[in-house]
Amino acid sequence: MAEPQPLLRAIDVHKKFGDVEVLKGIDIDVQKGEVLAIIGSSGSGKTTFLRCINLLEEFHQGEIQVDGERIGYTAGSHKRLGEAAIAAQRARIGMVFQSFNLFPHMTAEQNVTLGLIKVQGRRKEEAVEIARRWLDRVGLAERRDHYPYQLSGGQQQRVAIARAVSMEPKLVLFDEVTSALDPELVSEVLAVMQDLAKSGMTMLVVSHEMSFVRAVATRVVFMEAGRIAEEGPPAELFARPKSERLAAFLGRFHGLAH
Amino acid sequence: MFSFEPGTFLFEAWVARNQLLAGLAVTAQLSVITIFAGSVIGVFGGVGLTYGPLPIRFLLRVYVDAVRGIPVLVLILFSYYGLALLGIHISPFTAGVVALGGFCGAHMSETVRGALESIPAGQTEAAKAIGLRFTQRLRYVLLPQAVRRLLPPWVNTGVEMVKGTTLLSIIGVVELLLATQQTIARNYLILQFYFAAGMLYVLVNITISQLGALLERRTAHLRY
Amino acid sequence: MTYQFNFDPIFRSFDKMLAGLWLGLWLAALSLAIGCVIGLLVAYGRQSRIAPLRWALVTYVEVIRNCPILLLIFFVYFGLPELGIFFLDKIDSFILTLSVYAGAYLSEVFRSGLTSIPVRYVEAAKAIGLRPWQRQRYVVLPVMFRITLPALANNLISLFKDTSLAAAIAIPELTFITRQINANTFRVMESWLTASVLYLVTCYAIAWALRRVERRYAVIR
Repeated sequence: MAEPQPLLRAIDVHKKFGDVEVLKGIDIDVQKGEVLAIIGSSGSGKTTFLRCINLLEEFHQGEIQVDGERIGYTAGSHKRLGEAAIAAQRARIGMVFQSFNLFPHMTAEQNVTLGLIKVQGRRKEEAVEIARRWLDRVGLAERRDHYPYQLSGGQQQRVAIARAVSMEPKLVLFDEVTSALDPELVSEVLAVMQDLAKSGMTMLVVSHEMSFVRAVATRVVFMEAGRIAEEGPPAELFARPKSERLAAFLGRFHGLAH
Repeated sequence: MFSFEPGTFLFEAWVARNQLLAGLAVTAQLSVITIFAGSVIGVFGGVGLTYGPLPIRFLLRVYVDAVRGIPVLVLILFSYYGLALLGIHISPFTAGVVALGGFCGAHMSETVRGALESIPAGQTEAAKAIGLRFTQRLRYVLLPQAVRRLLPPWVNTGVEMVKGTTLLSIIGVVELLLATQQTIARNYLILQFYFAAGMLYVLVNITISQLGALLERRTAHLRY
Repeated sequence: MTYQFNFDPIFRSFDKMLAGLWLGLWLAALSLAIGCVIGLLVAYGRQSRIAPLRWALVTYVEVIRNCPILLLIFFVYFGLPELGIFFLDKIDSFILTLSVYAGAYLSEVFRSGLTSIPVRYVEAAKAIGLRPWQRQRYVVLPVMFRITLPALANNLISLFKDTSLAAAIAIPELTFITRQINANTFRVMESWLTASVLYLVTCYAIAWALRRVERRYAVIR
């Protein structure tokens, strides 16, 4: 049976910080419409892997393809592409950060329209319309003229999600997006993400919210010491972890995740 | 190739050497006196601004804010023409020292206040708790801690004062800049002599900054 | 001895003093504007990979910051014609000097402003696909401008005070005018008191106005 071309394909991705190898060969395919959750303890390399996909980190070996296009490096000699080419590739990959990283000098709406206007070259009115639609969808229609410092953490993160998805990227990377939030603000952000997942968006989610992962992910990857240690559908993985490590990791969340 | 004939920079500099060195000496004198006076005013002013009773705090605040809002040159001219009114025969040098010292003192007061206020309140409380009187608290607890924070701005102010002494050339104090101009008036080597004098100031000031940095490293163990 | 205050001669020349004050403000504002351009270029230049360029820029900054401004004013005004540069009148020459002087200080302000911008803002700008110069134009520079606003305000105020030195080359700003009035009327206290108050009020007015601007733009907490 012919597999469709995966939306994201990582082949033997290696990454070093100095002498320390934090990614020791990551291989993974993600199909369009999948919601892939990446779990693992801190230092396992999951955030680094996500940042490699968006070229915020350089990797030293291997290759990453998005929709069949090789990302960040030339084929063969593994030379980093020029900034313009990399910027164009990043524009097709959305990213949401742990610390929101909204531009502090711009309103919620301006945060969303910046990329639509300056990267995608849309007219301002069109960009504003798109931004308003997305801000409405994440429940912040009335806050569009607020500056980041006037918004709660949960609201800032929802604006950041709107900023990422409004550009209609092929896939969106979520890097521990609820870790910096006060507990009572987590659910509003997760609800937005669940809504996006239902609409068929391809998502890579690094998260410690196990109940969210269980409910929303179509597939879960467990990373351990720079490698993918286990993967499978969430129900299976959570119910019958194959390795001691995963069992121990999941054990830590018992009682925490309802 | 250095030629040493009348009209060349080296020759003219040699001819003017005593005049220029005398100017440099006046600059050094002025700098040392104003920095010293300014520091003394600054310590008292800073302590007064931080711990003084309201009327004193108010008067000091007026002094500090007024002086910092008026150009130094205006202070100098005011002091030069104004002090003469008092009937005393006052030299430009003295008038200049009064103006520059007062200027330096205002800036130092503000610096000392900032340093004192940055010391955690717990220090004062602990000093009170062991029974130290106000002057003892200042002498043994607060000022020693303020010193390290004071050092960088103090050195900075020092450099500013060395540069500021040039303004006294305008009221006729023959410091290095005026001595240079008098030399230039004789030999017309405008670029060379201004350049040389400028480099001399740069040299002196960078030396001061470097000494300050050295002192800062030496007192690094005083970081509380 | 009691001094009899008589402000009448001062009031008769008050419009001249105000004109001098206005000229000083213009000199300061223009020099700040040109100085900002110089300062930005130098701040970016000092991040360059070309070492000789970095050394040249460090030399510029250190020499200017350690040299008395009055000497620089004389050097440019009397010295540049020696090099065949005659086209500067007094005011041009002063603006040139003050701009170069301001540029050295402002480059340090911008340099620390640039380094104080959190990396995460740049990363977010990368993530939405902005190119390098777009990241500078839309994210780094606006944020840096807001961070450095208080320092820029202080610089404007000290530049304004430095315009008093233009009196040394007979530019008719407030200090020069006051000295003339002093000489013509012998009203020593009155003339210098008036000038001092005018300077004070202007400095604090600038500070007040710019604090309002700061508050308007203070979006970074």
